[in-house]
Amino acid sequence: MTAITPELIAAHQLTAEEYERIVALLGRPPSYTELGIFSVMWSEHCSYKSSRLHLKKLPTAGRHVLQGPGENAGIIDIGGGYAAAFKIESHNHPSFIEPFQGAATGVGGILRDIFTMGARPIAVMDSLRFGPLDDARSGGRNRRILEGVVSGIAHYGNCFGVPTVGGECVFEPCYNGNPLVNVFALGVFRQDRIFYARACGVGNPVVYVGAKTGRDGIHGASMASAEFTEESKQKRPNVQVGDPFMEKLLLEACLEAMETGAVVGIQDMGAAGLTCSTCEMGSRGGTGIEIELARVPQREAGMTPYEIMLSESQERMLLVVERGREEEVFRIFRKWGLDAVAVGEVTGDGLLRVKHHGRTVAEIPSRALADEAPLYDRPRSRPLREAPLDGPDFESADPTADLLSLIGSGDLCDKRWIWEQYDYMVRTNTVLGPGGDAALVRIKETGTSLAMALDGNGRYCYLDPHQGARLAVAECCRNLSTVGALPVAATNCLNFGNPERPEIMAQLVEAIEGMAEACAFFETPITGGNVSLYNETLGEAIYPTPVVGVVGLKKTAPPVRIPFPREGSSVVLLGGLGGCDPRQFGATQYAKVILGALWGRPPALDMEREKRVQGAAREIVNSGLAEAAHDLSDGGLAVALAECSLEGVGAEVELESDLRPEYLLFHEGPARILIATGQPERVERIAAAHGVEALRIGRTRGGVLRIRLRGRRLVDCAIESLRRPWESALPSRLRG
Amino acid sequence: MKFGVVVFPGSNCDHDAWWAIRHNLGQPAEFLWHDSESLGGVDAVILPGGFSYGDYLRCGAIAKFSRIMRAVERFAREGGLVLGICNGFQILVECGLLPGALMRNRGLKFICRQVELRTETADSPFSSQLERGRIVRLPIAHGEGCYVADRRTLEELEAEDRVVFRYLDNPNGSLNDIAGILNPGRNVMGLMPHPERAADPLMGSTDGLLVFRSMVAALSHTP
Repeated sequence: MTAITPELIAAHQLTAEEYERIVALLGRPPSYTELGIFSVMWSEHCSYKSSRLHLKKLPTAGRHVLQGPGENAGIIDIGGGYAAAFKIESHNHPSFIEPFQGAATGVGGILRDIFTMGARPIAVMDSLRFGPLDDARSGGRNRRILEGVVSGIAHYGNCFGVPTVGGECVFEPCYNGNPLVNVFALGVFRQDRIFYARACGVGNPVVYVGAKTGRDGIHGASMASAEFTEESKQKRPNVQVGDPFMEKLLLEACLEAMETGAVVGIQDMGAAGLTCSTCEMGSRGGTGIEIELARVPQREAGMTPYEIMLSESQERMLLVVERGREEEVFRIFRKWGLDAVAVGEVTGDGLLRVKHHGRTVAEIPSRALADEAPLYDRPRSRPLREAPLDGPDFESADPTADLLSLIGSGDLCDKRWIWEQYDYMVRTNTVLGPGGDAALVRIKETGTSLAMALDGNGRYCYLDPHQGARLAVAECCRNLSTVGALPVAATNCLNFGNPERPEIMAQLVEAIEGMAEACAFFETPITGGNVSLYNETLGEAIYPTPVVGVVGLKKTAPPVRIPFPREGSSVVLLGGLGGCDPRQFGATQYAKVILGALWGRPPALDMEREKRVQGAAREIVNSGLAEAAHDLSDGGLAVALAECSLEGVGAEVELESDLRPEYLLFHEGPARILIATGQPERVERIAAAHGVEALRIGRTRGGVLRIRLRGRRLVDCAIESLRRPWESALPSRLRG
Repeated sequence: MKFGVVVFPGSNCDHDAWWAIRHNLGQPAEFLWHDSESLGGVDAVILPGGFSYGDYLRCGAIAKFSRIMRAVERFAREGGLVLGICNGFQILVECGLLPGALMRNRGLKFICRQVELRTETADSPFSSQLERGRIVRLPIAHGEGCYVADRRTLEELEAEDRVVFRYLDNPNGSLNDIAGILNPGRNVMGLMPHPERAADPLMGSTDGLLVFRSMVAALSHTP
């Protein structure tokens, strides 16, 4: 027996108080195996102990919501008897330690969350944050991490056969030591075919399916719940290795097994592996589970109960099967060449009982692990923010040159190098793929398309977490509206630093509150998500980076894209030129790229106005009046116009405004959408009916982009000269 | 005109091919399990894209040994139409129904994009509905699509008019810009681009249907 010493408790990242709580819950000191089980289940990653209290503030119910947070993924009604399950999850820590496998298993994990519920995954997106590729100190490492992450996502998603239809990729020095890899997945199924992770029916067998259990990934969940130090690189063995082929077999076999009606409950083994799946299924089912570890398929000889319970080997599932129908299920798994073994059964005593060769090695009330985890109301102060309110004096000598710099900057440049490595078309449903404002994926069976987008802006949130989170939700909904889809539900991934620091905890709470406010207003309840804390390396936290993924609905139709398709159309700016003050300019891409500074406040957001603009855009797009549509966000009006021009047809734009030229061109005020149309009067009528300004700012024109302010030329460039920096930026920076 | 779409463990374009045949082309289609010894009386066979058996060793190297490939080889020898798309092409070269090999893309990266192809011959059951010189747009999605063969094989392919499609802007380093080739009997075609992904106007191109329609035309003319 391993003695439970204070050092051992600390090594399991449990506090003395948490240990006392374990002793009280058990009525005795835990065994070594039990200590391991508690340590992963009570880790930040599994228990949300620092965030749970505040996550309750998020709206979770709504007209379309069939299943809110608490299951493997949220579920919404998409009409026609069908439903969509979706969620976003982080794999930040593993992706820093081992980019390829870290990102690959991130994709694998979220896909399992989706098909565990019975849904076939039909779309993946990813939100990525890296340190700058040309960073003087970390550039080489950042390039390696980006290349590894992208090929890891491609490897897993492409082989599994799910299209990666979109995402975002942003560079900031604060991610030098802590990249973010957030993966979103969405699946579709019939509403009468939803499966839950519940162990029901005392006496039903518990069946283990999929890959064998090895020593990989032990304590991955705890690793994800600690800051990075110099020793973190030693944790490489904690990162698991993904096998997308095995996952593809699991998908097909599980969906086929579910069709038999013999599957009572099912849960994937993700973070905390067998531990998490057994106690969560028991806890949710109000039952207990008894398992015999000797029956668990093992990759290596001599594994201890502790290792088997804590292994995070990938591509494994746990099923509860109706007693007497095991053979029906086993036959399907055999057909797909998979191991399926009864390892235990559902009991009525509410205990997770783990045996090893008949000897009980752990016996813990399931609820103690899953629901009695510590809950902290951590102290918080003012959000960490080391940026001035006022910025430098500046004046642009050449707005055209500034525009070329912006469009060739890391955040705004062409990301084709990334997304062409992803199969974004497999399953032949991708109506609108990467590179658009939102992705559109059709549902063949219903005539409906699902729109989805991911957004987050760490700079905004660093300056003001509450406002930054509201803006992220608004932008994501705007992205969907721009392609004509009605936003209906959301998922979030909250990436923050160490919550034990009051100034970080304040960022987290304010961001959650801002997101709650905006999600309630835009009627996009949060149906699930993920919190990733301790995103710090050597005490330096990332910008607070809440990422939101919004899902919307639209009738399937040919898509409206960003590029202007022809000359001579009117360019209409819905929502007008907007406003900006010196402080609000400090969060822009212009401040970042041209001035190398960050100050002030994020843009102001009038949510009422934003909603009206979005409503007008949807009606215009869905009436077939828009030849092109693009929302204004990073880089403002000039960058949006440039993005619409990149396929060769540009525009002649004439503006009337009292704003100073830099603000006019590059401020990032929300609630604005560009529309190219041959019928501007009809567009204006729809806008007026929504109470929205529709400003005719110019006409499309081949080969050039010209922007004038009261006759004075601000921007004048050939489209070719825009394309070159935009296209070459990422590949050339990756060459180092 | 019944099409059979083979399902290997790890096939992931099987359903897309089935859907394109069934719903976009309007012909009967059924799945054929890799473990089966028979083709169930289908008139044409499609080996779909994907990662058969994970493709961890070499693309198509394991699929070659699957039970159904014995039946597919027999069917091909007897003149049956076999279309290998992407991974299906890789399997066809692995089992020797087509010459040459498919290596990693020149840029060493997976590439997914719409490409333009030039039709090189209309004299095949897969391209009779096209004309020589016709440009078609089909998507590619592969990591190992660089077609290579020794000089004599390439000369033979060219001399016998067995190159069906060529890339206009070679994405993967294929010799002679080859995207699709025929066997000597002209009843087996391997094609790296995906015609099943270009069978619905919503997907941006319907040029892929021309390949399937050619197959239907060929089968209707068979006595």
